[in-house]
Amino acid sequence: MIDSMTIASSGIDYAMIWAGLIAFAVLAYIILDGFDLGIGILFPFIKSKTDQETAMNSVAPIWDGNETWLVLGGGGLFAVFPLAYAVIMPALYMPIIVMLLGLIFRGVAFEFHWRTKNSQDWWDRGFFLGSLVATLCQGIALGALVQGITVADRAYAGGWWDWLTPFSITTGIALAVGYVLLGATWLNMKTTGELQKQSVQFAKIAAWLTLLFIGIISLWMVFIEQQYLHRWFDAPNLYYLIIVPLAVLFCGFQLLNGLRKGRENSPFFYAIGLFVLSYIGILISFYPNLVPPSITIWQAAAPDDSLKFLLVGAAALLPIIIGYTAYAYWVFRGKVKADEAYH
Amino acid sequence: MELLDAVLLARIQFAFTIAFHIIFPGLSIGLAAYLAVLEGLWLKTGKSVYLAAFKYWLKIFSIIFGMGVVSGVVMSYQIGTNWSVFSDKTGPVLGPLMGYEVLSAFFLEAGFLGVMLFGMNKVGKGLHFFATVMVSIGTLMSAFWILSVNSWMQTPTGYAINEVGQFIVADWFEVIFNPSFPYRLAHMTTAAFLSTAFLVGGVGAWHLFKARKKGERNEVARLMFSMAMWMAALVAPLQLLIGDLHGLNTLVHQPAKVAAMEGNYHTQKGAPLYLFGLPNSETETVDYAIKIPKAASFILTHDPDGELVGLDQFPKDEWPNVPIVFWSFRLMLAIGMGMIAIGFWSLYLRARKKLYDSPMLLRVAIVFAPSGIIATLAGWFVTEVGRQPYTVYGLLKTADSASPLDAPAVATSLLAFMLVYFIVFGAGVWYTMRLMGKRPSQVIEVDDDSQTTVFLSNRVASKSDGTADGKKGRVTND
Repeated sequence: MIDSMTIASSGIDYAMIWAGLIAFAVLAYIILDGFDLGIGILFPFIKSKTDQETAMNSVAPIWDGNETWLVLGGGGLFAVFPLAYAVIMPALYMPIIVMLLGLIFRGVAFEFHWRTKNSQDWWDRGFFLGSLVATLCQGIALGALVQGITVADRAYAGGWWDWLTPFSITTGIALAVGYVLLGATWLNMKTTGELQKQSVQFAKIAAWLTLLFIGIISLWMVFIEQQYLHRWFDAPNLYYLIIVPLAVLFCGFQLLNGLRKGRENSPFFYAIGLFVLSYIGILISFYPNLVPPSITIWQAAAPDDSLKFLLVGAAALLPIIIGYTAYAYWVFRGKVKADEAYH
Repeated sequence: MELLDAVLLARIQFAFTIAFHIIFPGLSIGLAAYLAVLEGLWLKTGKSVYLAAFKYWLKIFSIIFGMGVVSGVVMSYQIGTNWSVFSDKTGPVLGPLMGYEVLSAFFLEAGFLGVMLFGMNKVGKGLHFFATVMVSIGTLMSAFWILSVNSWMQTPTGYAINEVGQFIVADWFEVIFNPSFPYRLAHMTTAAFLSTAFLVGGVGAWHLFKARKKGERNEVARLMFSMAMWMAALVAPLQLLIGDLHGLNTLVHQPAKVAAMEGNYHTQKGAPLYLFGLPNSETETVDYAIKIPKAASFILTHDPDGELVGLDQFPKDEWPNVPIVFWSFRLMLAIGMGMIAIGFWSLYLRARKKLYDSPMLLRVAIVFAPSGIIATLAGWFVTEVGRQPYTVYGLLKTADSASPLDAPAVATSLLAFMLVYFIVFGAGVWYTMRLMGKRPSQVIEVDDDSQTTVFLSNRVASKSDGTADGKKGRVTND
């Protein structure tokens, strides 16, 4: 006989819903802070000081909101997948700490740049290096996670340099190239004149390199872990999943085409498309694990009570958050002018 | 055993990073509310003196807020990197509360901060005021959730423990509104307001002092000083009352902490209040003591012969560090008393219409500019060091909470944090002080419509050296 209570209580898979929400938060972070960090990496290569400041001002009103998605990713992991949080953070101790330090230099530069003449160059260097180092660390952390984390008895059981491998370094560089693409296409959309021209040049180079790295890492990934290989190449998965690389090729083609034809807006969104598709590719590879190779979404999840309690708030507040975030972007829509900062 | 073990290093790292961090959100809570009040008064009265004060503190706020953001992101990850066992065990209880903090507070602050800082010439006055109020509400929501988390670690209720040893929730209401939370929330937000008030008052006093020497009158500095002194007169005594209630609450739930605060090693009737002394946990005495007989018993039990539980009621390995708790408490209390005295002094002078004319009060107010920040840190030391040796009081020991990290890894990160924090936040504090050293602009009273123009043009003009708008001449910046 079927126990109706069991069905009622197990009808909704809260862990799966939260995996989706955390995945969304991380993706939102990657895209939104991605273009901020990309601009930081491009900063010293922008020719004139005025253009550098315009580039910085193009994200000054929104970078803080963008970085908040990183806090939601971390805080959310703690809340709903405490085991994953407790395993991943010590495993990636060094890259996480260095990333945080990089983000400090990046974040304060938005203010400090305007507060001093004598040491302005130093904070500008901090803006560039902070952005670059934070990006590399994020890419390395991602690569290390893809390679898998050694777990024993609900705790990280690997060594202190496990995260540093040729693969993780490659993902670090790949992410930097990808963020530069986002940053350059953002500047192409938000600026005019010489800065815009320069941005298109950056974007073209970054677009080719991003596509190259997506190819390298995709092929490399399937040799790292049997699960990834089977997930993508076993029938019938192959027939469904082939759509992902095809969509990547489509976005790549449209991106390069748009840049060549001098489009201002579409390249940014095709660049985002590349990030979304790569991200989906990683999710497909990971599933059902949250911490490869051994902790699944359900093993890492907090009890349903905790998941439900926060889900009520998330369901009510996320639409509002997205609403006023969109409003903030709307207020600062259009091209950025050089003299528009409050400083 | 190693000289510095990994757990101790992790504790130092957490204490160091959070001690820096707590200053910035503390001031952000106070400044955001102050800015909302100033902008509201400007919209209501049309008096440009409010606008000038708003502009002045907005720049300072943006630096302080930025430093709060970057040092706060560190906190949200450091719980996992350095306290992974704690994270795994308390995640189901504390994680959702922090999740609510991110969703209801951080996004709200960040979403409207851009409009508040950069949007004055993009949105209308009303919408801009709305953004300022939202940022202010965000800072208060953040305090609500994070203090609930902190309080639960001090006085855990509403939990159960599951088969893998995690704390799980039995009753959300009991978790959030745990016994020490209302007191801690009131005490900390009041501390944030007072810290800001004394900072604002100190800056106002500085400029009044300078204006006095030149024989000038600075309306904006007067406004700052006057508002701050009202806070000192009204809120500082209130804080003493709240602190007293908080202490009584602590006596019920964490008697060992109170015993350490009082330097009370032995359970006794008619316990003395030590004004000075060096607590010695080896000999279990307070050396070189200057004390008021029976006063501690009187304060805590409202009976001079009331019995106070001493540290001897607890195993010695569960004592907090008595000298740190003892002295931090005295520092906080002394500053609080000083604030109250300044408040009453200002009332006396105000009644005689000489509030701005006492060089002595101005000098003292300048000295007291950072006092609230120092008192906040001292109070935080009392409550957090007093919680040791537990992370979750009575249930989870600090030593059993840490990540499985090697000491060299933590030592390296600790050094890196110290280096970066001293450079970055040292510079930030310097830039903030430089802004506070700038004289608040004297505003010529003009009609309501053109004030907006002045405000807008000045924001643009101050960056592009006055070339952006010809109307800049209405405001004299010096």
